[in-house]
Amino acid sequence: MMVPLDPSDKPTSQRRIAVGDTVVVYERHDSMRAVTVTADGVLQNRFGVFRHADWLGRHFGSKVFSSAGGGGGGGKFARKAGGGFVHLLAPTPELWTLVLSHRTQILYIADISLVVAYLELVPGCVVLESGTGSGSLTTSLARAVAPQGRVYTFDFHDQRAASAREDFEKNGLSSLITVAVRDIQGEGFPDEHSGAADAVFLDLPQPWLAIPSTGTMLRQDGVLCSFSPCIEQVQRACEAMRSCFTDIRTFEILLRTYDVHEGALKSATANEAANLGSVPEKKRKIRTGGEAFDSTQTSSVMARPCSTARGHTGYLTFARRSVHGSQAVANECCSTS
Amino acid sequence: MAPPPTPVIPREAWEGCSVLLDINDGDRLAFFRLTPGATVKIGDKSCSLQPLVGRPFGSLFRVGPAGLVPCAAAEAPAQDDGANGQAQVETRDNRSLVDNNTAQTLSSEDIEAMKREGASGDAIVEALIANSSTFGNKTVFSQEKYKLKKQKKYAPKVLLRRPSTRSICETYFKKYPARIGFMRVDTLSLMLSMANVGAYSDVLVVDMVGGLVAGAVAERLGGTGYVCSTYLGSASSSIDIIRMYNLSGDMTSRIFQARLSDLCSLQNSGDAPSAILDSIQGEVVESGAVPDESTLAQPVDTAMSDENVQSAAAQPIDIEVAEPAMDEHLNRGDNSSDCKGSNGTSIAPKSLRAGKAPSPGRMKYWKEHGFSSLIVAAPGHEVESLVADLLPLLSYSAPFAIYHQHLQPLATCMHSLQVSKMAIGLQIIEPWLREYQVLPSRTHPHMQMNAFGGYILSGIRIHSPDPCNGE
Ligand SMILES: C[S@@+](CC[C@H](N)C(=O)[O-])C[C@H]1O[C@@H](n2cnc3c(N)ncnc32)[C@H](O)[C@@H]1O
Repeated sequence: MMVPLDPSDKPTSQRRIAVGDTVVVYERHDSMRAVTVTADGVLQNRFGVFRHADWLGRHFGSKVFSSAGGGGGGGKFARKAGGGFVHLLAPTPELWTLVLSHRTQILYIADISLVVAYLELVPGCVVLESGTGSGSLTTSLARAVAPQGRVYTFDFHDQRAASAREDFEKNGLSSLITVAVRDIQGEGFPDEHSGAADAVFLDLPQPWLAIPSTGTMLRQDGVLCSFSPCIEQVQRACEAMRSCFTDIRTFEILLRTYDVHEGALKSATANEAANLGSVPEKKRKIRTGGEAFDSTQTSSVMARPCSTARGHTGYLTFARRSVHGSQAVANECCSTS
Repeated sequence: MAPPPTPVIPREAWEGCSVLLDINDGDRLAFFRLTPGATVKIGDKSCSLQPLVGRPFGSLFRVGPAGLVPCAAAEAPAQDDGANGQAQVETRDNRSLVDNNTAQTLSSEDIEAMKREGASGDAIVEALIANSSTFGNKTVFSQEKYKLKKQKKYAPKVLLRRPSTRSICETYFKKYPARIGFMRVDTLSLMLSMANVGAYSDVLVVDMVGGLVAGAVAERLGGTGYVCSTYLGSASSSIDIIRMYNLSGDMTSRIFQARLSDLCSLQNSGDAPSAILDSIQGEVVESGAVPDESTLAQPVDTAMSDENVQSAAAQPIDIEVAEPAMDEHLNRGDNSSDCKGSNGTSIAPKSLRAGKAPSPGRMKYWKEHGFSSLIVAAPGHEVESLVADLLPLLSYSAPFAIYHQHLQPLATCMHSLQVSKMAIGLQIIEPWLREYQVLPSRTHPHMQMNAFGGYILSGIRIHSPDPCNGE
């Protein structure tokens, strides 16, 4: 179960893989997929052919080997039949974001984690979201408010809403997430949530149109977040927020990833002769594997930033529903802006 | 679908709760407990905090003749320095501005006289503006700056904020970053996500950042699951910061402190070693919060003075983060111990302290089931061997996140995990956070940014059938 709804639900070392479980098949850090385990299921990838039956009763986190050689292209990793392997992981919202099918642009972990923290979500909160998109953020929102909270998520695209609902169902999140089809920019959020939301999240092309409605949905001091790729959208959204929100702040978050490897750098001193003399004490480094390095080289673990990185996702604007004046006054100021 | 849940976040301050006061737009940030005798000093005035009780978080107060009074809606300053209204085309510039201190015709005696006559701070600011010969020539931008400066001096505003992981981390990071190992709020948020912290988790933490992480995890657990804060050596490190969070008694009682060697020996032996059983007689051992200075060098924590350390063993404290350094002073006044949150949940009375030793039964459960995830925040420590000791305590497939303010210890740790094949999905990341000023025709990144908020090594523990199998 991706988000446990009671203590017996969580993956522990006692849990074994069973029919019906979703596992994340980990090939490499950039190559994973979600698989629902069935009695006679078979997974075929470049590492070989894997029978689900061989997975049953194993621990989550186990390494499993293929029963036959990989289908084309995987030669290097699946030299011999049965040589290829994968790891079977328990699904989490973070892994789900990496394996879900992209029906839209999605939010990734950096934006997601900041959104959850800045919306101040805790178990039991009520949060509204639009649009649902591929449900990447929704899944993390559900974890944050579980077990007794709720996520109400809205998308005006029928098919997307339906697919998202299916995913949530499959991941056991149906009791936490309600998906509805609605044009939030045109109609706003449904009145039934008026004054009942602890937080609202918008990922819409014209968020400013939904902001007046957002103001009426939020509890006082509740937090709104609007995600937009373009600064012009942010500009207009911020203007719309000024009438009944305070503490309006816009951020951009990016991640820099580091590569780590062990290597040897050649010694370089001004006095060449020094390198030719007796081996200095500190350079007599032996690698753990027993393989001795050239005595004029030192081996060490080194880190450097990866050269490819996501350069921009979007701007996150957070604002607090202001508490000044009565709810009625604020409602008015929001709905007339 | 079931009916919507009842509200869980208290939206109003209550007697005995912890509050964050933001004085003059972030100039001063301080935590207080709303005990009957609690006061805040603003300028030369000592104001009772009683007027805050029952007021919504997010309310703004000003200093009146009799102390703090809520600002009326109209008095709330316009958001973001005069951003309301359309973009203004600036026609003035400052070419003729001469700064010779003669521009102000109101003397300090005049101002004192106004004060004696009971003029409000805002009236004084208006008078200052009216008597400034250069004000009219300033650009709109510098007019606002001038007004704001005078307001801060003569009409200070106090914003009542609700302590939460977000506001607590931001406050410490801004006012006292060394205490939390320079962990920025986005870094903390990432770790909570990467470690899959959610309801019913059993989260193992190494918290040498004052309790920030233990508190943040407890907040996310919301009264379910458990936090096991483990420590090296014989004495636990201080987790005082958890008292800034308004954790309920139930949430607080789910935070345990256990010695790492006890957790490890449990792991290796079949049964709870007698050493543990001895130390948890009666379950509630007050693990005093004496930091482990003798055995562990903790360079970032040097500013934690002895009296701060001792405070942990005493009553709930008022903590003032704004003063010179972290001036944690004890409030020895009476503290009402059973306070109610607005939603009726009781907030941890002082007797229900966090950091009990776990019972043998709980230890046994953790041994058999493993922890759901791990967060390490030991900014002054080498982490390679620490993580090697900690990972076997996790359940298979459990994610972990290791914080450090230096890259090299994480690189070394990551490399050794790659070699030992204890974990997969290993990654070192550094979040980069940039804040923007968004104003009509004046949108740009903030001039000041925080260039560094820490590194995180994350990964997933895997199952290795037995240590000596060749696969
Ligand atoms: C970029 S996607 C959201 C992605 C989502 N945050 C995620 O992480 O998976 C934007 C979604 O908003 C929906 N949308 C656009 N306009 C809308 C409107 N007026 N009302 C409701 N949904 C709308 C689109 O159908 C689309 O699915």
